[in-house]
Formats: sequence, C-alpha cells, structure tokens
Amino acid sequence: MTLDKKDREILEILQDNSRLKPEQIAVMLGLEIREIEKRIKALEEDKIIVKYHTLINWENAGEEVVSALIEVKVAPQRGAGFDKVAERIYRFPEVKSVYLMSGRYDLSVLIEGKTMKEVALFVSTKLATIEDVHSTATHFVLKKYKQEGIILEDGEKDRRLVISP
Amino acid sequence: MINWHEKLSPMVKKVPWSGIRKYFDLVSEMKGVVSLGVGEPDFVTPWHIREACIYSLEKGYTMYTSNWGLLELREEIARYLYNTYKVIYEPRNEVLITVGVSEGMDLALRAVTAPGDEVLVPEPCYVSYAPCTSMAGGVPVSIPASAENDFRVTAAQIEEKITPRTKALILSYPNNPTGAVISREELMEIAKVVKKHDLIVISDEIYHNLTYEGKHTCFASLPAMRSRTILLNGFSKAYAMTGWRLGYACGHPDVIGHMTKIHQYTMLCAPVTAQMAALEALQNGTEEMAKMVAEYDRRRKLVLKGFCEIGLECFEPKGAFYAFPSIKNTGMTSEEFAEKLLLEAKVAVVPGNVFGANGEGHIRCSYAASVADLTEAIERMGIFLQKYTGEQNKAAAASG
Repeated sequence: MTLDKKDREILEILQDNSRLKPEQIAVMLGLEIREIEKRIKALEEDKIIVKYHTLINWENAGEEVVSALIEVKVAPQRGAGFDKVAERIYRFPEVKSVYLMSGRYDLSVLIEGKTMKEVALFVSTKLATIEDVHSTATHFVLKKYKQEGIILEDGEKDRRLVISP
Repeated sequence: MINWHEKLSPMVKKVPWSGIRKYFDLVSEMKGVVSLGVGEPDFVTPWHIREACIYSLEKGYTMYTSNWGLLELREEIARYLYNTYKVIYEPRNEVLITVGVSEGMDLALRAVTAPGDEVLVPEPCYVSYAPCTSMAGGVPVSIPASAENDFRVTAAQIEEKITPRTKALILSYPNNPTGAVISREELMEIAKVVKKHDLIVISDEIYHNLTYEGKHTCFASLPAMRSRTILLNGFSKAYAMTGWRLGYACGHPDVIGHMTKIHQYTMLCAPVTAQMAALEALQNGTEEMAKMVAEYDRRRKLVLKGFCEIGLECFEPKGAFYAFPSIKNTGMTSEEFAEKLLLEAKVAVVPGNVFGANGEGHIRCSYAASVADLTEAIERMGIFLQKYTGEQNKAAAASG
C-alpha cells in the first residue's frame, strides 16, 4: 500500500490521539466519514495501524512497575540470522519490546515486572538460558522522564491568560 | 493628598479601557472554565527556538542592539519577505525591529499623525488601533465592515469616509477577531482608492502565515503600494512567540527613519534575547510552523462544523485562529451572551463589540485550544443555546 497525503494526515492525527472519531477526522480533513472509515480499515488491514493503545503512567496510580533494559549478545543462526532467537525472546509476555541493534550488542530487550527480583529471575532463568544467547547485561530503569514522545513529569501547563485580545 | 484625576492628561483619561478587562476579572475567579477567549497560540514556542535563545544568553548576548535591531535579523526578514512576497526592503534603513506589532502600530501612527488627522479603521479589528490613533493626536474614523460581506471592507466603503483630513488607512487581514481574509483583487481596488487620495496604508499582517484557503497577499507587494505602505508583522502568532514581544516594521526609509527616532527615545531597542530567538525562528522554524498551521486548520473545520450543528450561525473564517459567530437569534447583546455563557456554561468567549460597534451581535471564539477543549466547549454552548434560543422561539410563538 502506498500512502497519500490524506492517509499520512490520518495517521498523524491518530498517532497523537487515537480516540478521535471518524466523524471528527472527516471534518478536520474535509473528507466524507465513509472515506475516513475506509482508509482507516485499509491501514489496519495492512498492519500500518497496528494497535490503539493508551500511554499509562502507572507510577502516578501508585503501582509499582519495574522495568529493565537488557543488552543481549547472541549467536546468529545460519539461514535465520537473529530472527529465530529474537522470536524465542519476544514470545515471553514479560518482554515488552525487542530491537535488533547495531554496535556492541545485538538485541535490546525491555522487560517489565512487579519487583526487581522478579525481573532478575526472569533474566537469569529464562533469557540467559536460551541457546544462542551468549551474554546479558541488565540495566534497571530508575526514572522515566519521557516516553513515546510524551514528557511524563510536569507536562507543560497552559500558562496563558484565560482572556486576551 | 494629590488629586490625580485633575493632574492626568485629559486625552489619556478619555481613552477607554479595553472591553476585555471586565471578562478577565470575572473569569479569573472561576474554576472549570473552558476558554475560547485566548488571543494567542496554545502551543509553546518550539524548543529549538527556546534553545537558541538560551544559548545566546550563555554566550553573553545581553547587551543593547542597534536601535534598528540586529542587522542579521533585519537581513533575514528582508530575505524572507522577498522570498515570500517578492517585495524588496533594504535591511539597513527600511526594516525596524519593534517590540511586537503593538509597538510598530503605535510608532507608525505617531510618525504620520498630525493633530486632527483622520485615520480610517475598518472594524471589527484589534483593540489598539483606535486608542493608539487618539493618543497620537489623530481621529479614528470607523468603517464598519459588514457581516454580509464576510467582514471584508470594500474600496467603496473606504472612499465614502475619505475627507481632506484623511491621512491613513489601517488594514488587518487575516483579521482578528473575525478570521476574515481578503483577496488580491479586492486589495487592488482598495489600492486604487489609496493612490487616488494619496493615503498611507498601515498594514498589520501578523496572521499572514495563518491563511488556510487561497494565498495571502502582502499589501506592499501590490503595484505602486510599497512606497506608501507601512508593513507591520512579527513572530507572535506563526511561531507561537507572543510573550517574546517581537515584531518588525518595513517601509519607505523616510517613515521608517522617523519611526526609529521615536523608538530610539522610547524603547531604545527590542530585547536582544528575543531578537536572537527570532533569528532562529526565521532560519529554522518553517517546518514546526507548518505543523502548527495544519493543526489550526483542522480545528478550524471542527469548530465550524460544531457551531453549525448547535445552530450557531458562523461565516467561514479563512485566516487567523478565530471564528466570529452571530448570536443575534438569542436576542441578547454580545456582552449579555458572553457573561451568561461564562457564568452558566463556563465557556469564556470575547463579546464582539469589544472590537468595534459593528461586532455587536457576535462573539469571538479562538480555536487555539486542544480538540478536547473545543469539543467540550461546543457541547456546553449547544446546551446553553438550546435553552436561550428555545425561550426566544417560545416568546416569538406567544407574541405571534
């Protein structure tokens, strides 16, 4: 599928706020509602729109969430490269993201758990024991400042006067 | 005890407070208000501009600049105006950096107005034009741009008001508060009248980048108009830099020179930090600006449709970030409507009469607000309108 300008605009709008209704997007872009629905459906079917999710700051809810970035060095396999071992890793629900990296290590794995112990145990028993995984280095996240383009603490408030000429 | 009332200048005492003040006092005591009353972008200045300013401070840019402003910035402005409108200004003596368009307007009016000179002010318009004319010793002459003509002033309306004392005409398109834009053809007609009667034009084009349909025409770019136009512009709206207070005035060296003289004695120069930021805005700010403009355009369409659905009659604004719907079918004055809407529905708008007598019957709604806030405001306004237009209809039915 090749995107046109309107597709791109739809994607930009939804990326910023996926709760906007097709009616609203239709008005914003000067297109028919049907047209918007059709385009969104096509974008979904082509897996360009993958999922509508919500960015939640669990810490503000008082929930303890421990996350860690694991640098993983692996041995690539003939024929499958890194894909097979990456799959072995991303199948675990504890694993939130897996990226193949250039540089010192191969896979960057983000893991979330309830406690530090839980995460550490997962790494040592599940991750490090996978065949072809040579080594792991675990870095715990101490504080999240910005995530997915959103500044989490002290978001910029509206400091404008309520009425001005 | 000193009696200030006796001591104050009668002319200054006569100048009225801006009608916005009253609502400001009222609204500042309320909670949960959704405001469509704000005359500035809801974006903060893009980070690369703020960062450039911080860097300039670190490097020690804390001194006066030339009265005219930094030459590098004036050169950049001249280049920008040439690239955008093919109008040529010499950065050395035809471009003056001002403290916002507000100062530029004041300087222009003071530089050209002799006591008793008349200045034509198409209304509705920004709140400062008439008071600044009066304070410069001139006489503001209002030209009501009619709602029927989508708040565009016509050449014929202008010509009607011309007397031997008429010195200047103020133009401001895209317009605050109406969102009206004006076509090149209409401006050409106005230019004919201007030339015929040997007038000066002071053109406030601060919203020029926020033109959503068609292309903005810079008045100075029209044939023979460059030499008699004082072009005022700035960084506030397009780059979301209102609080920086930075604008510029361009025109014939004779008038810009005399404006600079006033500026030299009253302001000395525009703040250097803001000038450094403006330089960054012009050099690297186009992409971020385009994003903001695209966003305003989407909200514009959303608001227009929303107003239409709740029965608020509104002509299509094609510039700035305001809609100027009519509230005449409620039977209320603009002020009554704005006050009731604020107290009962907790939506802040600005009554249209604040911007000139013929703004009566309208309210100014700014869509420089988030989609969530706009949606909420429209919903509240819909409920409010149902109550009051419903009563109107009942009264009409009863009397009919």
